[in-house]
Amino acid sequence: MKERRKETGGRSSNGAGRGTQAAPGRRVPSSNLFPSSLLSRDQLLELYYWMRLTRTLEERLVALYRQTKVVGGLFRSLGQEADAVGSAYALERRDILSPLIRNLGSMLVKGARPVEILKQYMAKADSPTRGRELNIHFGDTDRGFVGQISPLGDMVPVMAGVTLSFRMRREDRVGLVYVGDGATSTGAFHEGINFAAVQRCPLVVIVENNGYAYSTPTSRQTAALSFVDKAVGYGIPGVRADGNDVLATYDVTKTAVDRARSGGGVTLVELMTYRRKGHAEHDNQSYVPAGEIERWERENDPIDRYSKRLLDEFDFDGRQLGAVDVRVRDEVDAATDEAEKAAPPQALDALEGIYADPPRAQPHWYRERNGVVTSHERPEGWGTFTATTKADA
Amino acid sequence: MPEITYLDAIREALFEEMERDADVFCMGEDIGAYGGAFKVTEGLQAKYGEQRVIDTPISEIGIVGAAAGAAHMGMRPIVEMQFIDFIANAYDMLTNYVATARYRAFLPCPMVVRGPSGGYVRGGPFHSQNPEAGFVHTPGLKVVYPATAADAKGLFKSAIRDDDCVLFFEHKYLYRRIKEEMPAGDHLVPIGKARTAREGSDLSIITYAATVWKSLEAAEQLEKDDGLSVEVIDLRSLSPLDDDAIIATVRKTNRVLIVHEDTRTGGVAGEIAARINEHCFEWLDAPVWRVTAHDVPLPYAPQLEDFVLPQTADIVSVARRLAAY
Repeated sequence: MKERRKETGGRSSNGAGRGTQAAPGRRVPSSNLFPSSLLSRDQLLELYYWMRLTRTLEERLVALYRQTKVVGGLFRSLGQEADAVGSAYALERRDILSPLIRNLGSMLVKGARPVEILKQYMAKADSPTRGRELNIHFGDTDRGFVGQISPLGDMVPVMAGVTLSFRMRREDRVGLVYVGDGATSTGAFHEGINFAAVQRCPLVVIVENNGYAYSTPTSRQTAALSFVDKAVGYGIPGVRADGNDVLATYDVTKTAVDRARSGGGVTLVELMTYRRKGHAEHDNQSYVPAGEIERWERENDPIDRYSKRLLDEFDFDGRQLGAVDVRVRDEVDAATDEAEKAAPPQALDALEGIYADPPRAQPHWYRERNGVVTSHERPEGWGTFTATTKADA
Repeated sequence: MPEITYLDAIREALFEEMERDADVFCMGEDIGAYGGAFKVTEGLQAKYGEQRVIDTPISEIGIVGAAAGAAHMGMRPIVEMQFIDFIANAYDMLTNYVATARYRAFLPCPMVVRGPSGGYVRGGPFHSQNPEAGFVHTPGLKVVYPATAADAKGLFKSAIRDDDCVLFFEHKYLYRRIKEEMPAGDHLVPIGKARTAREGSDLSIITYAATVWKSLEAAEQLEKDDGLSVEVIDLRSLSPLDDDAIIATVRKTNRVLIVHEDTRTGGVAGEIAARINEHCFEWLDAPVWRVTAHDVPLPYAPQLEDFVLPQTADIVSVARRLAAY
């Protein structure tokens, strides 16, 4: 499985052409067949910016995590920046995506700001969820991304509904939902993609196959030869692409997005990538065969690969990429300063906004500011809590 | 105005709300062309089309999740569980996703999940359940369970207009057994307000759904045979619970019997008893007692089902002992 994944690179195919693709690092020449051939030089550089921003921001989070300034766990997308960025880049501003835990890059492309990510991890009062949720679990439908939840696969039915509403209201909008290889085993994934397929919702479902769900390899997740094969069962097109090639990722997603936009319904996209860090920062990856991580780092780092192409094929020079790196570092520095200064939430905010009506829940009497409840009414003659008084009364 | 059944009251509310608000739409299994297993949605698709009355695959997770997604975007979906027993399939989606959406992500979920509930119909283990307690336990969800036709209509309309997810339990035993005239005009019953189904002064029965009728029967009999004046409180809403109404009736009669059709352990009655204990312990002249189903899956045979479920005779017998305590 691992070897085959490595060999599956380059451009997408419709299932049948698997294994005939170019190996990672060897680019299939651009042609007008590929949407990425229409990207401007600014856009090509912007893709680099988003990938670099993702990585630098996560590296900053690691530093903050080690300083215990990150309240909870830390989730990395190291080595997966291309699939997150390239796919999100294929959407329009009005479109909506549903990110998963390795999709920091997708959220940044959709308008999430580094300071929001940092405040969220640091559980600040003015973080996007006011300290209610962890890490990158937040959304903003105005900017076009919805907050994920931890039970995997659940966002597929939700995005089926989001895109059903687009279809019902005849809005020219598309949805994109990410799942990992592990989430494809859930009932929610199946029910959601089947529902969306039947309703011909304008939805793209991306399976990011990064080899592991926590410690479980894909061979323990499915007996299918590839996740893209599942598309046949839903009666929808399925395509597979090299998720570590940002342009290939963009191309395959853009084609699926265009199909959805033109009424062609759901597409299942499998992006082949590799999770170089553990499930979260605490995970020592003891289950990974020796040398596997190092090999991916050495031979198939998505930013290294794209940098090389920008320099070799698109005639950018090193100073242009260096300037992006400096800009990214400055932005992350400024965001860190702002986030560190932000205040933690007030405890009573925990009771706000469970419902629209009532707008807040009441604190328990023993947590009320003035101590115990003083207004506890009793019938006449009930002076105290003691049984004697009751008998006397 | 003619009298209409509990079922037709729900149906009437559906037509009125679909007419009033173009964002309201329905999803469910066999609800369109067929009109639903109990015909609650009969004629709805013919009038509003396949776009707004959607026949779905058998996918409770899928349709509840899709309703949430559509609700985020401003729609007001109504999801039918063919039998409310199947809501268990969507438990994760309702409790983990829908119930938390506003709190954790500021995403509104104005949607209704409704379905035929309850026993006394020889439906067996999977067509008779009362799974409300688990959802009453979940912050972020609202739960209503009407006992009368007028409340069914008025609560359903309020549920559709509510800005959060409301689980609307319909008692299938009542569907065609009770009928009444609907109040004129745009009839809305507020969520979270109980109703005094019968005034009384000697003891209170707090109940909801089909057992409201059994409690009323019992109250009648207790008055006739024992000269007892029994108050019956129909909660109508289980989340939020109407604490004020509960406290008021305890203060009035000082003796409380809680009756529900759901199983006993972890049922809503336990929560009500705890609240009474916290808020008005000193007004009690007797312990709070419960009449509920036994803690078993609901069996099919009439002899078994009737034994497991609370009956009027149980209510009479326990109330009598409570009055004498």
